[in-house]
Amino acid sequence: MIDNVAVNLAYIVAAALFVFGLKMLGSPATARRGNALSAAGMLIAVVVTLLSKGILEWHWIAVAMLVGAVIGALAARLVAMTSMPEMVALFNGTGGAASLLVGWAALYGDGSTFTAITVTLSVLIGGVTLSGSILAWGKLSEVLGSRAVVFGAQRFVNALILVGLLAAGVLFVMQPAPDSPVFFVILGLALLLGVMAVLPIGGADMPVVISLLNSYSGLAACAAGFAINNNILIVSGSLVGAAGIILTNIMCKAMNRSLANVLFSGFGAVATASKVEGEVKPINAEDAYLILEAASSVTFVPGYGMAVAQAQHAVHELGELLEGNGCEVTFAIHPVAGRMPGHMNVLLAEASVPYDQLVEMEDINRRMESVDVAVVIGANDVVNPAARQDEGSPIYGMPIINVDHARTVFVLKRSMASGFAGVDNPLFFGDNTRMLFGDAKASIMGMVAQFKE
Amino acid sequence: MELAPVYLAFILMLAIFLGFELISKVPATLHTPLMSGANAISGIAIVGALLAAGSKMPGLAPILGAVAVTFATVNVVGGYLVTDRMLGMFKKKGD
Repeated sequence: MIDNVAVNLAYIVAAALFVFGLKMLGSPATARRGNALSAAGMLIAVVVTLLSKGILEWHWIAVAMLVGAVIGALAARLVAMTSMPEMVALFNGTGGAASLLVGWAALYGDGSTFTAITVTLSVLIGGVTLSGSILAWGKLSEVLGSRAVVFGAQRFVNALILVGLLAAGVLFVMQPAPDSPVFFVILGLALLLGVMAVLPIGGADMPVVISLLNSYSGLAACAAGFAINNNILIVSGSLVGAAGIILTNIMCKAMNRSLANVLFSGFGAVATASKVEGEVKPINAEDAYLILEAASSVTFVPGYGMAVAQAQHAVHELGELLEGNGCEVTFAIHPVAGRMPGHMNVLLAEASVPYDQLVEMEDINRRMESVDVAVVIGANDVVNPAARQDEGSPIYGMPIINVDHARTVFVLKRSMASGFAGVDNPLFFGDNTRMLFGDAKASIMGMVAQFKE
Repeated sequence: MELAPVYLAFILMLAIFLGFELISKVPATLHTPLMSGANAISGIAIVGALLAAGSKMPGLAPILGAVAVTFATVNVVGGYLVTDRMLGMFKKKGD
């Protein structure tokens, strides 16, 4: 049994470890230790809580922790790196659910107005996080359609839900009781709001949704902290909330869209872009090999299509062969490539691409003119020059990787179809562009085979 | 006691600023592990869940707490392990 002061002192240590841990996550060299430090902080917080005077009953806790730990460990070990976005979405959901329940349980404690308000907030944010995350998981894992669902009365329905929540919130705060029917109305409306919030978002906008849900899961913990008067929940929750908001902001900037635009208006509903016409110049693996063999700097630009084709290991092999040939190899990654922020980097790291070869968009654009060959694999919108040139294009203004400025561009593509945004890509008709049609993995393997001969 | 919410709000304000400062410098390469690592931290709700589950509060409170402990443990254990697994794959050239 430890007294309250000691418990709170230990919470300070835990919070400091979270801060150090997050700071060390800022560099690939220290990130792993940072994560371990943060985990140690969590362990301290859990252990002192278990030893505190507040814990009178052990049995259910032991069972609950065991079940949770087994599920969590199995999920973490078994998940494929391509499925990381839906895994993180589910983890966000469990965090939201936990905060929701903590808030709910706090109702049985004291019935003050302050508690009632903060409980309402934690149930609201936690509920939105929970149902929103489950829907996001469904969309990302393609259990449900990944398209944005937009219907006419959407705004009206959302407004009704918000008004309902406000009214129910006021009613509940005036007469808080754990078994009040109004409480269940709030719970139901919060869950409905989460679904309605994620429904109109789809396709290329999913990285924004995960970032936002990440932020909500932190804010939910924060609200629960207010409900039970607990510092460590407030500090940690707001750290996570801030992290999620920053990532959301980075994703929105990388798509040149406001958060409101992403949240409320589906993607690429209007396509008034000027039609692009021209001649496509195809190339085969042998000719591509001859050009690569003579190149002294090559940049690969991977998109989600590379992950779909499972081509990352083949790409790494080609990269190694090029390096052996005296060529400088880099991987240029757009901030919104993949289904969650930084997803492409993880997939390449899994294929043993060293992190010093992973280059950010701004860095590679600065020296694109000196790149001999840019190889675009399964990316489309993020290399579409229409974003710079065509004011009518739905992606106009979005920062892109300027592969068209490289001396030669190879585009690996299954066929001539447009990307997620449904936009024509003038890159395919560029003078310095060569199209390598076919399955991305097979095309890369073809070039690897040429190198080995 | 009346001031307690104000102190909590103070802590909230400072922690949010700290969070912005800490995370705005993380390179894009590490955005996925950052997100799953931060997500594991949001499992801190486990502390509140333990207190509810272990209490002798009336009604549903201990049951709600126990369910919350399960969810939060999934979040914490899964979040840290998967982050560690990802970060273990990030290697420098020649490592």
